[in-house]
Parts: sequence; C-alpha cells; structure tokens
Amino acid sequence: MTTLGPSLVSSDGRFTDSFDVDAVKAEFPVLSELVHGKPLHYLDNAATTQKPRIVIDTLRTYYEEYNANIHRAVHTLSEKATERYEAGRGKVRTFLNAASVKEIIFTRNATEGVNLVAQTYGRKNFKPEDEILITAMEHHANIVPWQMLCEQTGAVLKVVPISDEGELDFDAFTQMLSTRTKFVSVTHMSNALGTVNPIEKMIELAHSYGAPILIDAAQSAYHKKLDVQALDCDFLVFSGHKLYGPTGIGVLYGKEEILRTMPPYQGGGDMILSVTFEKTIYNDLPYKFEAGTPHIAGVIGLGAAIDFLNDLGLERVERYEAELLAYGTEALKAVPGLTIIGTAPVKASILSFVMDGVHPHDVGTLLDQYGVAVRTGHHCAQPVMDRFCIPATTRASLACYNTKADIDALVFGLKKVAEVFG
Amino acid sequence: MSEELRELYQEVILDHNKSPRNYRAIDDANCRATGKNPLCGDSVVVYAKVEDGIIQDISFQGLGCAISKSSASLMTTELKGKTIDEAHDIFNTFHDMVTGDPSVEADADQLGKMVVFAGVREYPARVKCASLAWHTIEAALRDQKDPVSTE
Repeated sequence: MTTLGPSLVSSDGRFTDSFDVDAVKAEFPVLSELVHGKPLHYLDNAATTQKPRIVIDTLRTYYEEYNANIHRAVHTLSEKATERYEAGRGKVRTFLNAASVKEIIFTRNATEGVNLVAQTYGRKNFKPEDEILITAMEHHANIVPWQMLCEQTGAVLKVVPISDEGELDFDAFTQMLSTRTKFVSVTHMSNALGTVNPIEKMIELAHSYGAPILIDAAQSAYHKKLDVQALDCDFLVFSGHKLYGPTGIGVLYGKEEILRTMPPYQGGGDMILSVTFEKTIYNDLPYKFEAGTPHIAGVIGLGAAIDFLNDLGLERVERYEAELLAYGTEALKAVPGLTIIGTAPVKASILSFVMDGVHPHDVGTLLDQYGVAVRTGHHCAQPVMDRFCIPATTRASLACYNTKADIDALVFGLKKVAEVFG
Repeated sequence: MSEELRELYQEVILDHNKSPRNYRAIDDANCRATGKNPLCGDSVVVYAKVEDGIIQDISFQGLGCAISKSSASLMTTELKGKTIDEAHDIFNTFHDMVTGDPSVEADADQLGKMVVFAGVREYPARVKCASLAWHTIEAALRDQKDPVSTE
C-alpha cells in the first residue's frame, strides 16, 4: 500500500486544505526531472500520466522476486504471480464496482477493448443496414474499429453532432436513436475538448431502444469515480497507462450475460479448456478473452495504481482538478490571441486552445524550452479538428499532481510565444 | 529565447512564416501535388509551371507551422528558374542536411538561404515539418497524382 500520510486520507469536507498536492507530487519520481535545465511541468496527462513510486516499485518487485507465468505451473513463484495477477483483477472489479471478476477482461489498452467488442459482439450480431451510433467527439479508437466492422457487415455508422462549444447535441442523439440502432459507443470524456458527456441519460435512452452501449472511459477513469452497475452500461473500456499504471495494459468491462454470448477474440493458450484437432472447448469468463501469456506485470502494476488512486480518493482528485481547471481557464485569458477550443458547461481537466497566427507545433517546441510539456496536433481526433475548422490545437491536460505553478509556467511560456510570433 | 531555440527560429524563418512568398495558386500549373503530415494534420499544395525542363513559376498554399510554412516559402524562391535536375539535387542536399548529423556543419555554399534550416536537426520531431514541401514538390515534378505523406 502507499504511504501518502494522513493529510491525504483525512475525510473532512474542506478539500483543498486536505489535498496536499506537494505530497502527491513527491510520489512521482519523474516530476523532479529537469528539462532544458528547467523544472518539468508535465501537462500532457491526457496522452499518458506519470507513474507513482508504488507502481514502479511493484513492477520491480514482481520482476526481482516472483516473475513466473500464471495459471500453469504448481511451483511457488507461479502460484504467487497467479495470485497477484488475479488480485489485480479483483482490484479493477472493486474500482469499477462490477458485479463479478468474470466481467473484467484484460486487454492491451482501451483501443483493444473497443476492437474486441466490435470484432466479437459486432461481427456476430450486426447485419446490413443495422446502425451503430457514435459522436463527433470520438477518439480515432472509437471510430475506426466501427468503420472496419461496417465494411465487414454492411452496418452503417451514424455520428451525433456537437455544438460550437464542443457539447453533444443531445436532441440529435435522441432523434437519431431508433429501432435500427443496434449499438451505441460513446466517449465519457473527450480527449481533445474535455467535454464530459451525460452518459447516464445516454445509457438509459440507448437501452430504451434495446441497443447495448459501450463507454470509452480512457479519459475519465483517472478523473471520475465510475460505477458500472449504477451506470448500467453494457461495456466500458479504459487504459492502465492513463490511470498512473503501466503501458500495455487495459481493461474491458462487459456484462456477464453479454460476454457469455460473444465468440472469443483471439485463439491460443489460456482461453481454452481442452484442445483436440477435432474440437476445442473454450475456457470460462474472463479467460475466454485472454489468449496467450498476458501482461502479468502490467496487471499487478495496474493494481498498485488503483491502490494509489483509492488512497487519494477519486472524488477528491476530481474536485481538486476542477479547481485547477478553473484557475487555468482564467489564467489563459491573460495570453494575447488565445482561444480555448472546447467550452462545454460540463468539462474536465483539459485546456485545448489555438493562438492567432501561431501553429501549435511552434507553441509546443517553445513551451518545451521552458520545461512545459504539452501535446500539439490533432489528438487522434481529426473529425473534431475538422468540426472546428482547425488543423490542430495545443492541449494542456491536468492530473492529480499538477499545481498552480504548472499553470503559471504554461502562461509564462505562452506569453513568450505571443512575443516571438506575434 | 534560448540560443538553441534561436538556432531553430532564425529571423529568416520568422519572416517567411509571417509573410510567405509565392503563397498563391498557379491557374495554369502543369505540376501540382498535395502533401500531408498525418502526425499533425498539416497540409500543403505546391504548384509549378514547367517549360522545357525549367521551373518557370512555383508557388504553394496550405496550413502548417512556422517551420513548414517558411520552408515551403524559401523553397519556392530557391527553385524558381532552376531545371528539374537542379531542383532534384537541391532537394537531396536539403534532405541530407535536415536529417544529417547535427555535429557536422552544414555547407552554406551549397544550400544558400536554406541553411537556416540546419537547426532543425536538433529537433527530430520537427524534421518532417521542414521537409514536407520538399517531398511534395518532388512528387509534383514527377507528376504524381497521389497525395504525398511524410509518414
């Protein structure tokens, strides 16, 4: 378990007093690095978050003390690795409040989760003219797998539009749903705009037409508490590396009764009960969808990241980040010629913007000189850029360890950008 | 700005970024190609009017960062009046420079004004910005129809 000290785990209502961001930051070794001789201000969290010491130590301990393959041998190391791997699954179940560990499938990342559902559930169930509904603010990972599926099955992809503020057009969503809608796949939170979608209402509406719904929680899982039973979503995906965990590990949650009906995704070891050349019997859930040796260290490391987040308390993280976002939104007003892209009333942790006469790539290179790490480009959401008629944005994205000093460094760097290119 | 950054964003580059030369379409161009950088969504269209193997007129339009825009702009000023073979040689020299070893000094005699892009070698992520227009004109002169990609 982490040792963050009592100041972080006290549960008094006065959040900002009790959230000791300096103590949180001290848990992340990389944040004390210098970049071009300047302190690192890491504001590219929507791409990937940094890793706390507990995650790094957990990975090292696994490799140094009990590295072994799982679900196979009877020797001590294998039993310990298996136990810790399945404990990781248990932590994910609790984290999402899933009904059973059978509903927690480990994937490489959120992207693979979407592809798995498209290629198993989708391929089995979709017919020509069936409609799949997504939104105009999706990441490419929640567009392309469905386009591929449409090519394979003749199903049709429908896209719910968004407003100039980057908010979902909820009326359009309501109107586009019909008995032809066979699946809905939406992001909980836009990686390019920060918009948070009203998924509770969307899930309810999709179900009223009998359509299952997948929630892409890649961006929200490390900012917001999720409860898949309360939400009643059919599928939900996220990536471990955005949740302060290792890269290469992701989670697909699926309702057990639906997962049971789905054919396997990949064939191989671990996903079978018995194999003969005449007939192979597939393994039970969740192993049916986990062919081959999985990312054992990744799962155990993800478990440590979840422990870390539980210690921090996601509700408190959410409130702290909301305060920081408000501070940042206000602070950016001091930068000449800057326009924020994505101003939906309900948004979180993302400041995406353009500057008059300056391309985001130049902004990014200049900011880097001041130790400020941001993302520049289309953020794997080219349709979002097209919607706003821009090629790219600069994006600063927040995590639990960011401070007002990070925002101040960003604003300082942006004023320099305006001077050089203005 | 730091010294290193000043190397990247030289005055010439900032000037061409602000006032790009030959930023227009050529209606009767006989060579034309579109270049895209899928990494950043940048896009450039280059036009050239070639007669008797000589580039009589050359221009560009598009969206891009200071490096890509100024590189395209300087390229048009550099290639106007050159033969296709000469343009090809300059492309190779330029390409070798921006992808070359930063510790080897760039040959200013051979590169002319384009030597201001030598600083790009220090920024691997920006090499594609500097070379996009050049790859695109290479394609245009070969009369390719497919969009060019730096990936």
